[in-house]
Amino acid sequence: MRNCVNWRRPVDKDSVFLDKMAGMWYNISILCECGRSCGNLAEWKNTMNIELQRSAPLYEALEHFRRQRVVPFDVPGHKRGRGNPELVRLLGEQCVSLDVNSMKPLDNLCHPVSVIAEAEELAADAFGAAHAYFMVGGTTSSVQSMVLTACKAGDKIIMPRNVHRSALNALVLCGAEPVYVDPDVDAHIGIALGMALSDVEKAIMAHPDAKAVFVNNPTYYGICSDLRSIVKIAHAHGMLVLVDEAHGTHLSFHEDLPASAMQAGADMAAISMHKSGGSLTQSSLLLLNSTVNTRYVEQIINLTQTTSASYLLLSSLDISRRNLALRGHESFAKVTAMAEYAREEINSIGGYYAYGKDLVNGQSIFDYDVTKLSVYTRDIGLTGIEVYDLLRDEYDIQIEFGDIGNILAYISIGDRIQDIERLVGALEDIKRLYSRETSRLHNAEYITPIVAATPQKAFYAEKELVPLAQTPGRICGEFVMCYPPGIPILAPGEMVTEEIVDYILYAKEKGCSMQGFEDMTLERLNVLK
Amino acid sequence: MDLWFSEYHTNGVKMSIRVEKQLFSEESDFQRIDVFGSEEFGRFVTLDGSVIFSEKDEFIYDEMIVHVPMAVHPAVRKVLVIGGGDGGVARELSYYEEIEQIDVVEPDALFVRVCQEFFPDNARGLDDPRVKVYYRDGLRFLRRKQDEYDLIINDSTDPLGHTAGLFTKEFYGSCYRALHDDGIMVYQHGSPFFDEDEDACRAMHRKAYRSFPISRVYQAHIPTCPSGYWLFGFASKKYHPLHDLDAERWKRRGLKTWYYTTNLHTGAFMLPKYVEDLLEEEEHRT
Repeated sequence: MRNCVNWRRPVDKDSVFLDKMAGMWYNISILCECGRSCGNLAEWKNTMNIELQRSAPLYEALEHFRRQRVVPFDVPGHKRGRGNPELVRLLGEQCVSLDVNSMKPLDNLCHPVSVIAEAEELAADAFGAAHAYFMVGGTTSSVQSMVLTACKAGDKIIMPRNVHRSALNALVLCGAEPVYVDPDVDAHIGIALGMALSDVEKAIMAHPDAKAVFVNNPTYYGICSDLRSIVKIAHAHGMLVLVDEAHGTHLSFHEDLPASAMQAGADMAAISMHKSGGSLTQSSLLLLNSTVNTRYVEQIINLTQTTSASYLLLSSLDISRRNLALRGHESFAKVTAMAEYAREEINSIGGYYAYGKDLVNGQSIFDYDVTKLSVYTRDIGLTGIEVYDLLRDEYDIQIEFGDIGNILAYISIGDRIQDIERLVGALEDIKRLYSRETSRLHNAEYITPIVAATPQKAFYAEKELVPLAQTPGRICGEFVMCYPPGIPILAPGEMVTEEIVDYILYAKEKGCSMQGFEDMTLERLNVLK
Repeated sequence: MDLWFSEYHTNGVKMSIRVEKQLFSEESDFQRIDVFGSEEFGRFVTLDGSVIFSEKDEFIYDEMIVHVPMAVHPAVRKVLVIGGGDGGVARELSYYEEIEQIDVVEPDALFVRVCQEFFPDNARGLDDPRVKVYYRDGLRFLRRKQDEYDLIINDSTDPLGHTAGLFTKEFYGSCYRALHDDGIMVYQHGSPFFDEDEDACRAMHRKAYRSFPISRVYQAHIPTCPSGYWLFGFASKKYHPLHDLDAERWKRRGLKTWYYTTNLHTGAFMLPKYVEDLLEEEEHRT
């Protein structure tokens, strides 16, 4: 064993693997700081109570319940799967037997008092929050609960325009008015970035009556804003800071990653546990700081939340939280190393640009989440969507998304280095077989919107379907978006322009999946009468 | 004592071998490696619970994957073996004097050590001075190679395990690039007999067929493989496996084999109707 004062635990397989990767390919900065180049991993310092984090109260209650073999005369009607053998064959006996109803020993998500409350408390501790809510309506429900908590009809909320549709949907629901901060657009890679602090400050000064500042952190692409400073300035003006941290579950678990919402002092954060946290799809966390009234948030959540929350989702949150608390640090070091390795290899192919910390400019790109693997593809003459389709159709590789200029490959604790090799190999082969001249490609992704009515007013207004070409100058009555990433090109209440129509036609032609509008062919658009 | 090793070939079919004793078991960075001793098959090695080869039947596999391309290509100088850490393929290659260089790329160093210890007859193939072993990922090794090899043998085992990357379009593309203009690639093609293996088998042919101008499939009988029936792929830039077979030239070498003959070479490309049909279907698929 190497000599190191910080040395506490035997080397396990993962860290050996990591050491190897570090030695061979990539110089990672998560090594021990004992000063002797011992090569060991740094000890993770976290304020959470590790002993308590070893338990998983909800999961344990479910296990206990299963062993009791209680006879079910309650819903769900499949009765531990007996009434639906095909479902059992598909999902397995274990899975369907855990699909149970709320009951005293298993607590109730609508008003948790026992095991769910305990599990939520542990989640709060793990993420450094004052309170955490388990959410079963996707991170969409977490985002909407944040907006609905902060705003009533007529209130203003400051947000970047490149928010997820769930945030704009929340505005339709509550009638708040968005004050958009233009996210910077990187001229080369053409993606919308974070909010520069100076722009947020300007918006706060111009709208001192706004109730909250909404931040995407990190963006889908991994771009982070200066969250700490945004919180400081917003709080100084009595505004709440709401963070859509859907793509940043892991930020709380490694010191080398950008600051998480709770670390930065934000008031609320929506966490997609099912993304980098490893829980089941549709499960999510809503985190609160001590600045927010939990009783009110609970009421807001229960306005739209199901009263039959799935215990499969809830228990997956509990188990995943435990896993993150106990092994997250190590896992994300490994994910980082894999992403950095992939970046290096992809950049050495030539033609592709896998960006990382090199983008950081201190303003609209204050920091970069290095676990993300975003690649700019247009220098090989292919749009991101085209590369995305080729990877799936020709190489059996499914990546997260492709947009006009970029692809995003999602790397997580479930990945192995040999899969990274496949992705790199496929990208190289695509360049060899499919690359072409780079002409005739549409530029920038971000188009500054002109807000002519609040989303709610426009959504409920009298509308008519008008051929797309005739819509410039009219006010849009619905959402138009490419999915993923699910960031609207047009939101209700926004003025349609020639530029936007061009962009929609181009994205359509390139095979983007277009969603949100009433006319499925998108020949016509709903505009206000 | 009634000790058996079993491997599921499908959910409803398993093959069992009576084991005399387990000789080795360890988990490497890539896979679990076990070695057993048995009366019927001699020693055999399993990776993650699947038989890779046994003393009794490894000759079939190693001979068929080496001699078939070697009897076709007139001048092989440089060979790349992907996988093949056991040394069996290198051993067969070492019988050919005109070969100047044999690169064996095996990610798992422990697998090589285990074979050296328990299968010295295979592993001696790696001792030939022309052989160089690289402990690397195959795709990574190939990434910068261009116009370098006459023959590439994909000796990787499992299209579903950690070597899945070696049964993909990007792998075939990389091989194509790494080969000379008259190069040949041979690879394991699985078995289409059981329904659940059929799609993988089809996909392999589809990918190779689109990547190389000549792409044919040949067969062998290997008892420890699922259904005992195994296919190999022959993908080539110039030489046809039958039209360019020079039987007399090969026979003059006087190599001693147990399975391969030049007659069998021709016969091995004559496939059962159901295999021919499904391969043709993939060839015509747009």
